[in-house]
Amino acid sequence: MRATVLGAGVAGLCVATELVARGCEVTVFDPSPRPGPHGCSWWAGGMLAPFCEGETAEEPVVRLGQEAADWWERQGVNVERRGTVVVTLGRDRNELDRFARRVQGHERLDAAALAALEPDLSGRFDRALHVPGEAYLDPRAALEHLRDRLEHSGATFVAEPGPTTGVTFDCRGLAARDALRDLRGVKGEMAVLRSADIHLTRPVRLLHPRFPLYVVPRPGGLFMLGATQIESDDRRRSVRSVLELLSAAYALHPAFGEAELVEIGADARPAFPDNLPRLVRRGETIHVNGLFRHGFLLAPALARMAAEAACDGTRPELYHEDHD
Amino acid sequence: MQLYGTEIGSRLMLGTAQYPSPAVLAEAFRRSGAGIATVSVRREAGGERAGAAFWDLVRDLGVTVLPNTAGCHSVREAVTTAHMARELFDTPWIKLEVIGHADTLQPDPFGLVDAARILDEDGFQVFPYTTEDAVLADRLLSAGCEVLMPWGAPIGTGLGLTNIYGLRTLRAQFPDVPMVVDAGLGLPSQAAMAMEMGFDAVLLNTAVSKAGDPAAMAEGFARAVEAGRLAYEADPMEPRDMAAPSTPVIGKAFLT
Repeated sequence: MRATVLGAGVAGLCVATELVARGCEVTVFDPSPRPGPHGCSWWAGGMLAPFCEGETAEEPVVRLGQEAADWWERQGVNVERRGTVVVTLGRDRNELDRFARRVQGHERLDAAALAALEPDLSGRFDRALHVPGEAYLDPRAALEHLRDRLEHSGATFVAEPGPTTGVTFDCRGLAARDALRDLRGVKGEMAVLRSADIHLTRPVRLLHPRFPLYVVPRPGGLFMLGATQIESDDRRRSVRSVLELLSAAYALHPAFGEAELVEIGADARPAFPDNLPRLVRRGETIHVNGLFRHGFLLAPALARMAAEAACDGTRPELYHEDHD
Repeated sequence: MQLYGTEIGSRLMLGTAQYPSPAVLAEAFRRSGAGIATVSVRREAGGERAGAAFWDLVRDLGVTVLPNTAGCHSVREAVTTAHMARELFDTPWIKLEVIGHADTLQPDPFGLVDAARILDEDGFQVFPYTTEDAVLADRLLSAGCEVLMPWGAPIGTGLGLTNIYGLRTLRAQFPDVPMVVDAGLGLPSQAAMAMEMGFDAVLLNTAVSKAGDPAAMAEGFARAVEAGRLAYEADPMEPRDMAAPSTPVIGKAFLT
């Protein structure tokens, strides 16, 4: 089967990977030659945290997200399976109980257990949660890896859309808003810090009623701080948001006050009104879109479902036939 | 209930921030029958019409929209935001927030009166988010406000009515001014209490949006608001010290 994939963000690269694995001849259209800051996926945190996301996300996110760590590992991406640590500042300790009520698969930590897991947080929090079944990856390295792997296995990457044959998989994210009218942008802002004074070995979430934060360690002493969630398709990085992220990081550990500010980024995530992703079939086109803040977490499952729908004629969940 | 001459069918108003998704937000409105949706203009405004998609979703709720100036810390910010809101939602209504303290988010009473006066002169119909202070209420009415929105407790705390005496006094001093208890409510019982005290409506956001099941909590609040209002209109009995059996206890010595 021949197939065309529009867009080489995380959704498009995962779909292309699933199609190539099924023996399809795949052409990927993307105006940019390589993964980079033009795409929403570039700014992702790379947490594979289906259980923590279940705090607010619907059930399919928790269930389908559990496929992600294995999928990425099968592609040869380095996946760190060290779980997630969740902490809160003293006066917000009720937040930890609320989070624990809503998140499955966690265990409670006292100060000593937290110190054993993350020594650099020792003495700062008298209790915490650990969600052992979660993982994380370096999203930029993962995009590069998928891109190279696809090219080696015979997929073609072209910048200009040409004539298409077979099924088209539209994975353009927000750029597909011309075709998907109820798609909207939800802005996320992030920062990258470098510090040699603090060492974390897994993602840490700081619960806060106003300024929730997650910190994801990356190679080279880097830490990704994320992420705001603002109903806007604006891509500016606002002072207020950066202040909030940095203040929250400083509250998590004062060593971040001395860190080097390496990068500040922002982009708009594509989302449908229920914040769940969709496969929308229109004739010979299947849209894979609306991954919201769950790109790296849900793209593997969505890619598998999209490929199954096209190759095997299945009607997976989150699948919508659309005739307008 | 009339607010600035507009008849509003429900005495429950809901904010639109911090829901798990717009679909859950819409379900909360459907199940509660809330009559007014407040929407923050400032935070989403990235210039141009960057927040337009979300504002369209709010308009699609089919209820009256009350834009607010949430997050504004100065008179100038609040006035600018109000003008933006008037253009975006084509309404003279504005819920005026001028925040005086970043941590407690309590209103800045001085900035609030200044901004209310400016906006009133500009033709706005101002819903000021205020404290339970009766002197401040009087100044706001003098500035042209015809509705007051005293807090129950600081925004997002869920503490309920923290100064019942102050709220009672405020209600008693201005019996004819429509008053909406705004902010700080965490449970339906607290909303019922505000309504029993004679407040005209309640406005809340976090208690619903951060509940495990926001739509169910919204319905819970709607029923509580209705119960509290019915009780107020029914002229409740006064508490008294002596126990009064509702049926005579014949043959027993009761005047002991």
